[in-house]
Amino acid sequence: MPIIEVEHLHKRYGEAVGIEDVSFAVDEGEIFGVLGPNGAGKTTTVECIEGLRTADGGTIRVLGLDPARDGAQLREVVGAQLQESQLPEKLEVGEALALYRSFYRAPAEVAELVDALGLGPVLSRRFGKLSGGEKQRLSIALALIGNPRIAVLDELTTGLDPAARRDTWALIEDVRARGVTIILVTHFMEEAERLCDRVAVIDAGRIVAVDTPDALAAGAQTGQRIRFRTRTAVDERALEALPAVTSVAHNGEQMDITGADDALAEVAAFLAREGIVVEQLRVDQASLEDAFVALTGSAS
Amino acid sequence: MTRKLVGTEWRLLRREPIALFWAVAFPVILLVVMGLASSGPDKDLGGVSLVATYVPILLAFELAILAINALPTVVASYREKGILRRLATTPVAPSRVLIAQIAVHLAVVVAAAVLVLAIARAAFGVALPEQAFGFAVAYALTAAALFGVGLLVAAAAPTSRTANAIGAIVFFPMMFFAGLWVPRAAMGATLRDVSDATPLGAGVGALQRAMQGDFPRPMHLAALAVWALVASVAARTLFRWD
Repeated sequence: MPIIEVEHLHKRYGEAVGIEDVSFAVDEGEIFGVLGPNGAGKTTTVECIEGLRTADGGTIRVLGLDPARDGAQLREVVGAQLQESQLPEKLEVGEALALYRSFYRAPAEVAELVDALGLGPVLSRRFGKLSGGEKQRLSIALALIGNPRIAVLDELTTGLDPAARRDTWALIEDVRARGVTIILVTHFMEEAERLCDRVAVIDAGRIVAVDTPDALAAGAQTGQRIRFRTRTAVDERALEALPAVTSVAHNGEQMDITGADDALAEVAAFLAREGIVVEQLRVDQASLEDAFVALTGSAS
Repeated sequence: MTRKLVGTEWRLLRREPIALFWAVAFPVILLVVMGLASSGPDKDLGGVSLVATYVPILLAFELAILAINALPTVVASYREKGILRRLATTPVAPSRVLIAQIAVHLAVVVAAAVLVLAIARAAFGVALPEQAFGFAVAYALTAAALFGVGLLVAAAAPTSRTANAIGAIVFFPMMFFAGLWVPRAAMGATLRDVSDATPLGAGVGALQRAMQGDFPRPMHLAALAVWALVASVAARTLFRWD
């Protein structure tokens, strides 16, 4: 049973079309990714779900509510983390949590969120003095303080260093483990691959694909690329003759083979048969990124 | 939740000592200077002492600092930083923040006004307003006009920097017509006519009259009411939450 249903969403900004036609459904308890190039309509789409913008066409149901009409009820159950949204510089972390908590009828416990997000050491620090990662964690805490059933997180890890980004991912998984459904807007493929159960790829205001990251990657059909080094002479003609292999190249001791998805099995069997010892074996599988490029025609 | 918002805005305002200095301490310093320079009733000031002339001007000054400078800068920065937008995703309406902002600034300005009246009375023998009701009406309307203009500045300014700049540009002519540099009693007829039509000119005119025991002139009260109404309606029309 979908918790969010979006059907034929359409939104214009004057002459420009923000969203042409967007439909998808999010199931309860899943982490649903919204991917797309800049300006594709990702943020507009989630802002319609949050009730921050009113669509020009189509329908949205969030827990059976219409965000445009039932805004008050919706805001009790949907927590939001907005792109580039800040707090007053001189507001302390603890004060921000207490303030936002007071907005909700059935809020979460501050202490619990502070623990979960590791905000304890900065409770009396002012927002203006927080690091990027601390601001982001506070922002997640504020999105969850109302005890929402759905959390919409927009560009959550943009601007974070890799370590902070990984910490944030672990947090998101914790949040989901509490039963919160999550919509994650991102342009990091690695993030979507790691976290999302399913992703919707939006391009130029339209949905071009909705599927699991693995299925999307498989659909990209870019096959495999196998690289290794060896000191033994390799019969390149025999390698090239393998059914799944499409090309073989070498540069000194470095071999570079491309082929279909089952190329690795054939190449490995060949190397074993010939008793060839290899080093630094690398296999690159088609990734969500390849699928993204194939679907939208742009690099993230 | 509005109580919590007001409490939070109050704390944040207390953390801006510069704004509070200009709004609360500086007028008191001016009052003391005027009080020490004052030497009884002055023929050029319509038979009123210098310090008594300046009491309503200082009240106007406090209102101008808080309503036209402090408040719009904060509100514009809240919009600029997405704070209002963030609030729009919670069950609390962002308009509550405006209400909380007005509430705390109003509380500070009233306290500052009481302080000036009390020190003027205790230290320099300036009588409390004889026409207390007229004084209260005049003060309320002046505050309404000034906060209206302040909200208009907050609505029109895209960033806190522009709000600050517009606030300063509006502040000086307003204070000029309020009589900060040349008291209204010392202005020429034409200048005073213009002053009567400005929010702070009308405000100081009305307050001065009530201090001396007469009910404020309807012309001044009407000018204040028009400013309050026009500015709030314009602010409401122009206001953007993001």
